[in-house]
Amino acid sequence: MTQLGNNEILKAVNLKKYFRIGKDKKGPIFVRAVDGVNFSIRYGETLGLVGESGSGKSTIAYTVVGMYGPTSGQVLFKDQDIGMKAVRRPLSLKKEIQIVFQDPSSSLNPEQTIEQILSLPLRLHTRTPNRQFKEKMIELLEKVELPSEYLYKFPSSIGGGEKQMVAIARALASNPSLIVLDEPTSALDVSIQAKVINKLMNLQKELHLTYLFITHDLSLMRNVASRIAIMYLGKICEVADTATFFEKPLHPYTQMLISSVPVITEEEEKLKPKKVVSIGEIGSPVNPPSGCSFHPRCPYRMPICSEVDPEMIEVFPEHTVRCHLFSRPEETGSKGV
Amino acid sequence: METKENVLLDIKDLHTWYRVYGGYLKVLNGINLIVREGERVSLVGEAGCGKTTTMKSILRILPPGDFLIPKGEICYRGKDILKMNSREIQRLRSQEIAMIFQDPTAALNSVFTIGTQIGDVVKYSLALEEKRVHKEKIKMLSVKALKEVSLPDPERMLVNYPFQLSGGMRQRVCIAMAISSSRNLLIADEPGTSLDVTIQDQILRLLREIVEKKGTSIILITHSLGVAREMTDRIYVMYAGTIVETALTKDLFKNPVHPYTKGLLASVPKLSGGGLAKGIPGRIPDYLNPPQGCRFQPRCEYATPSCVETPPQLFEVEKGHLVACYLAQR
Repeated sequence: MTQLGNNEILKAVNLKKYFRIGKDKKGPIFVRAVDGVNFSIRYGETLGLVGESGSGKSTIAYTVVGMYGPTSGQVLFKDQDIGMKAVRRPLSLKKEIQIVFQDPSSSLNPEQTIEQILSLPLRLHTRTPNRQFKEKMIELLEKVELPSEYLYKFPSSIGGGEKQMVAIARALASNPSLIVLDEPTSALDVSIQAKVINKLMNLQKELHLTYLFITHDLSLMRNVASRIAIMYLGKICEVADTATFFEKPLHPYTQMLISSVPVITEEEEKLKPKKVVSIGEIGSPVNPPSGCSFHPRCPYRMPICSEVDPEMIEVFPEHTVRCHLFSRPEETGSKGV
Repeated sequence: METKENVLLDIKDLHTWYRVYGGYLKVLNGINLIVREGERVSLVGEAGCGKTTTMKSILRILPPGDFLIPKGEICYRGKDILKMNSREIQRLRSQEIAMIFQDPTAALNSVFTIGTQIGDVVKYSLALEEKRVHKEKIKMLSVKALKEVSLPDPERMLVNYPFQLSGGMRQRVCIAMAISSSRNLLIADEPGTSLDVTIQDQILRLLREIVEKKGTSIILITHSLGVAREMTDRIYVMYAGTIVETALTKDLFKNPVHPYTKGLLASVPKLSGGGLAKGIPGRIPDYLNPPQGCRFQPRCEYATPSCVETPPQLFEVEKGHLVACYLAQR
């Protein structure tokens, strides 16, 4: 059995999640949402998971919190295999991993007051005596800078940014060590996003939290993550620490993504690798392209790309890439970097 | 100040209100906007600031009976759109102004083929000129439009239904519909927002190529300052139904003046890192009962008593750079 590294809090080993959507003559048809993913998160860091829609990033998030059980592979959390659905998970484990969803309007119950919303995780996961309940809830609201009278409000009467703050407070209620943030600000305006993100970053320092941060917004990722993993059609293409990821991207898909981001300053313009122009469309996870799933859109494709799926290789320390350009060292000089 | 000839669209002091239970939502509060021939203009603002309401007012496609335009005029080539009769407005919609919507899935009808939908657009714009429109001509023009948006195999595309295409391809079909008969003004309402970054990049590049090649004017509505910067020559920044600042793109990014523009620019996460600014506190005002003075004043850190009383007018700080703020006038 695989072991966790000494400072790792979570590790996924060859994680697969297939969804059955029907069958034909050849047998059942699956959507390969996550198809053999390896990654690890260290204590206190923010691992950013980037990818376009349908790349499987939310599926990973839901597998980590136990909304789905994996088809195969393992997820290890603090030396414990958590490859089971939430119903089988012990309460002590559920308490440790919490999630904040994308759209706060649909993740908060509109029929409940903020007080009711916050009281459930407190009652389930903590041994708060009844007379301290209110105090504890006000403390939670203070953590996300909301006034105590918000306890008696309904989600419909507060703004989008404030709703997301309540969702964060709810996640904090059980005193978790890992929080999965599934696009926490993509439903918000930029001026409000900045506030929510800053709060999240401060909370991380204060409470020693570890984040798995999922987003499709690369500019945002640059400012929050310590390491980034990029996904394409259910597989991870490249993992690197944030600075390296943006300054020396190796995988052609990473280069394509970064060069597609609309930016607002000249300084950012210089960061963009100009060579890779976005072409083609994202393939289907039901019937992904043979070999490397990115090859139909890749400007550097070689004959081998359509035949063999590349392995994950560590090109530099802490910088791994899944691309044939780097598995054959003689080619890298001319085509890759 | 302006030479009258090259002004294509001139919106003057436009107010649009929505009728709701308990009064009127006073959404637009005096919009002034000019688009010249061949100019690329963008309208930037956050959710709920009235960008789409402005555009729908131009085409008069607001929900009938539920809105009111108490004041203002929208002149297209010197003629007020708000006073046009139904025949004139139909002509305007089918030959002069086209709109591309945010969500291509909702914009296309899922029970008709692409060929029927694009064919209808071509047919009705030709029907205004010719008595009889030949089927071959409709097909020829439809295929030509689909080719222009670089869709593969346009002939076969005609018999496909929208669900058979991907999001990016659907948006290309919508663009093809918009450019199928010669248009002078394109209104693109967040054309890439519902798509992925790499696909959005493709769509925006396509749109820019088409606009450059045909010399069409475009109004691009977007919430992303990055998209506005890469696509357009001039930017209007909108907040809560008012234009707060307008300038040439390079001037706006070099020297933003209005506190809202500054706050917005600082809030955008940078690809080069460096953390995020603190954002703008508060939220957009209630349109049922908007602030009497400057609509940004409740969120503004520089607010003075005069801001609360009367709304500031647009003031020229340098040539072509207008700001609606008392700070700029001092």
